[in-house]
Amino acid sequence: MLAIGEGASYEAQEQIKSLGAQNIIIRSVKPSEDQKVTTQQNNSTLDYGIKYEDISRIQATIPGVVTIVPARVMREYVWNITVRVDAEVVGTVSWYPTMRNHRVAEGRFFSEIDQLAGENVCALGSEMARRLFPMETPLGKAVRIGSQYYRVVGVMEPVSRAKGDDTGQSSAQQSVDRMFIPLSTAKQRYGEILFKNRSGSFERERVALHEVTVKVDDPSKVIGVSLAVKDLMERNHKKKDYDVVVPLELLRQKEKTKRIFNIVLGSIAAISLLVGGIGIMNIMLANVTERTREIGIRRALGAKQRDITLQFLIEAVLLSGVGGALGVLLGVAIPFAVSALADMKTIITVWSPLAAFTISALVGVIFGLYPALRAAKMDPVEALRHE
Amino acid sequence: MNPLQPIVSLQSVRRSYSLGDVVVEALRGLTLDIAAGEYIAIMGPSGCGKSTLLNLLGCLDRPTSGRYLLGGTDISSLDDDSLSEIRGRRLGFIFQSYNLIQQLNVLENIEVPLFYQGRSDKEAREIAIGLAKRVGLEKRMDHKPFELSGGQQQRVAIARALASDPLVLLADEATGNLDSGSGREILGLFDELNAAGKTLIMVTHDSSVGERSHRIVRLRDGQLESDNRR
Ligand SMILES: Nc1ncnc2c1ncn2[C@@H]1O[C@H](COP(=O)(O)OP(=O)(O)O)[C@@H](O)[C@H]1O
Ligand SMILES: [Mg+2]
Repeated sequence: MLAIGEGASYEAQEQIKSLGAQNIIIRSVKPSEDQKVTTQQNNSTLDYGIKYEDISRIQATIPGVVTIVPARVMREYVWNITVRVDAEVVGTVSWYPTMRNHRVAEGRFFSEIDQLAGENVCALGSEMARRLFPMETPLGKAVRIGSQYYRVVGVMEPVSRAKGDDTGQSSAQQSVDRMFIPLSTAKQRYGEILFKNRSGSFERERVALHEVTVKVDDPSKVIGVSLAVKDLMERNHKKKDYDVVVPLELLRQKEKTKRIFNIVLGSIAAISLLVGGIGIMNIMLANVTERTREIGIRRALGAKQRDITLQFLIEAVLLSGVGGALGVLLGVAIPFAVSALADMKTIITVWSPLAAFTISALVGVIFGLYPALRAAKMDPVEALRHE
Repeated sequence: MNPLQPIVSLQSVRRSYSLGDVVVEALRGLTLDIAAGEYIAIMGPSGCGKSTLLNLLGCLDRPTSGRYLLGGTDISSLDDDSLSEIRGRRLGFIFQSYNLIQQLNVLENIEVPLFYQGRSDKEAREIAIGLAKRVGLEKRMDHKPFELSGGQQQRVAIARALASDPLVLLADEATGNLDSGSGREILGLFDELNAAGKTLIMVTHDSSVGERSHRIVRLRDGQLESDNRR
C-alpha cells in the first residue's frame, strides 16, 4: 500500500516539479458558453485571452518577477516533403527551455538574435523529429508549414508522459508534439487572428498569447506573486478568459493529499496490526490453556516463572514473525504486480519491509505478553491436576 | 550437611484450603522426619491428605503453618524462584500418568530439568543417554512418548527424575496406571535405586505396593495414624 502511495505521489510531484516550483503559469481559456453570450455575434471574431499589455503590467507592477515567457500556440500540420505531422506550433522566446525545464537534446534552441530578426527557425519536439526525419538528423533541414519553410536548429529532449501533462488538459493534447519558433516570427506569419474550424463552421478567434510563464526570484514569494497576478488579471479582464496555475500550490496540495493518504493507509495498517495482534493473543491464550499440564510439568522440573514467560513469548514472536515474513513477501510482490499490470509507478522504500517485519515481531511481543504471563502465573499444583 | 540430620523434616505442618466461608483442613499438624536413604510409602484412604503432603514435600506448595526443612533449608521462607530452583536440583518427580512432554522425544524429555539448570547441551545429552541406558531404553532414545508403552513411559519419567541427581525421589501412585507386569518392573527399578542410596517417598493406596517399602506412614484426616518401620 505504501509502495503504491509513494509511487503515485512521486509521479505527481515529478510532474509538478517539471513545471518549476518558482513559476506561475497563465493560460488563455476560451470563455465558457454563458459568459460568451454577451459578446456573441455570429461570424464575428471572438476576442479572448492574455494580452501583451498583461505582460507589461505584470512586469511593471509586481515586484519579485524575474522573467516572463510568453507563448502562442497554433495547431498546424508540419511537413517534411511528403511526411505530415500534426503539431502545436509554439511561438515563444529564447529562454523558454530553461524556464520550463525542457532541455534541448541536439543542436540548440533558437537565439535572441533569431528572435529579433524574426527568423524562420525552429526546434522540433523529439517525437515529431523522429517521425519527420526517421533516417537522418533533422538539424539544418527544413520543415514546411503552409507556404513557410523553417530551418531546424535543434531537437528537444523527449517529454515524459508526466511532463507533457503540464496543463492537466485532456490526454489528446498531451500526445501532440510541440514545435518551437520565435514569437516574433509567429506574429509576422500568423498575425493576431487565428482561424479555427469548429463543427463544420468557421469561427474566428483572436488570441494574442496562449500561455505566459512568470518566474519569481524566490520560491517563498510565489504564492504572494500569484495572488497579485490573479488580482491584476481580474481587474483587467471582464470575462474569465484566462487561468492561473501555480505549480507550487499544486505541489503543496499534492503533498497534503499524500499526507492524508498516508494517514489513511497508516490507520488501516494500525487497525490490521491490532486485529492481527488480538488474533495472536487469542491463539496464544488457547495454546496456553491447552498446554496447562505441560506448564505444570515444566514448573515441577525446575522452570522459573520467567522461563515459562520466555517460552511462550518466543512462540508468539515466531508466530507473528512468520506472519510478518509472509506479509513482507506479499508487500514486495504486490507492488511489482501493480507496476507490471497497471502501469503504475510504485516505490518500495528500503525501510518499509524492515519496519514491517520488526513491527510484526513487536506485535508478537506485545500481544504475546499477556498469555505468556498468564502461563507463568499458574499455580503448579493446579496446572498438574489439569485435565 | 550433617548425616545424622534428617533429609526431610516436617514440624507441626498444617495446610488448609479456604473455600469461601468453609476452611478445609487437609493436614492438621503433621510431624515427620525422613532420613537419607529411606524408602517410605505414604498410605491412607482417599481424602486423607496424601497428595497435599506430597505437594508440600515437592515444594510445589507451601504449608499454611509449621516448618518444612529439606536438607536443612527452611522451605516456608523461600520465594517462588528459589522453590523452582530446589525442585529442579534437589527433587525428582514421578507421576501416576507419567507426565512426559508429548512433543519431545525420550532424550529431550530426560534433558528438561537440566535445561532449566542451564547445563550445556553436550553435558545434558551425555547424562540423558546414560540414564536412558540405565532404565533400559537405549533402543528408544529418539521415540516420542506416544510411541512407547506405559511401562516404558514411566521409565522415561524415572530417568528424567534422576537427571539432576536429586536428594529425594517423590512418586505419586507411580504404578497406578500400569499392568502388574510393568508395575513389577518399575518397583524393581525403585528397589535398585534405593539400594544405590536414593531416598524414595511414594504415595500409594495399594498395600502390595506399600509392602515393598521399608517404612509405611499411614494418614487419617490429615493426621498421622501410624508409622511402621520394617
Ligand atoms: N485445592 C484444593 N482446594 C480445596 N480443597 C482441597 C484442595 N486440594 C485438596 N483439598 C481437600 O483436602 C483434603 C485432602 O486432599 P488430598 O490431599 O487430595 O487427599 P488424597 O490425595 O489423600 O486423596 C480433601 O478433603 C480435599 O477435598
Ligand atoms: Mg490424591
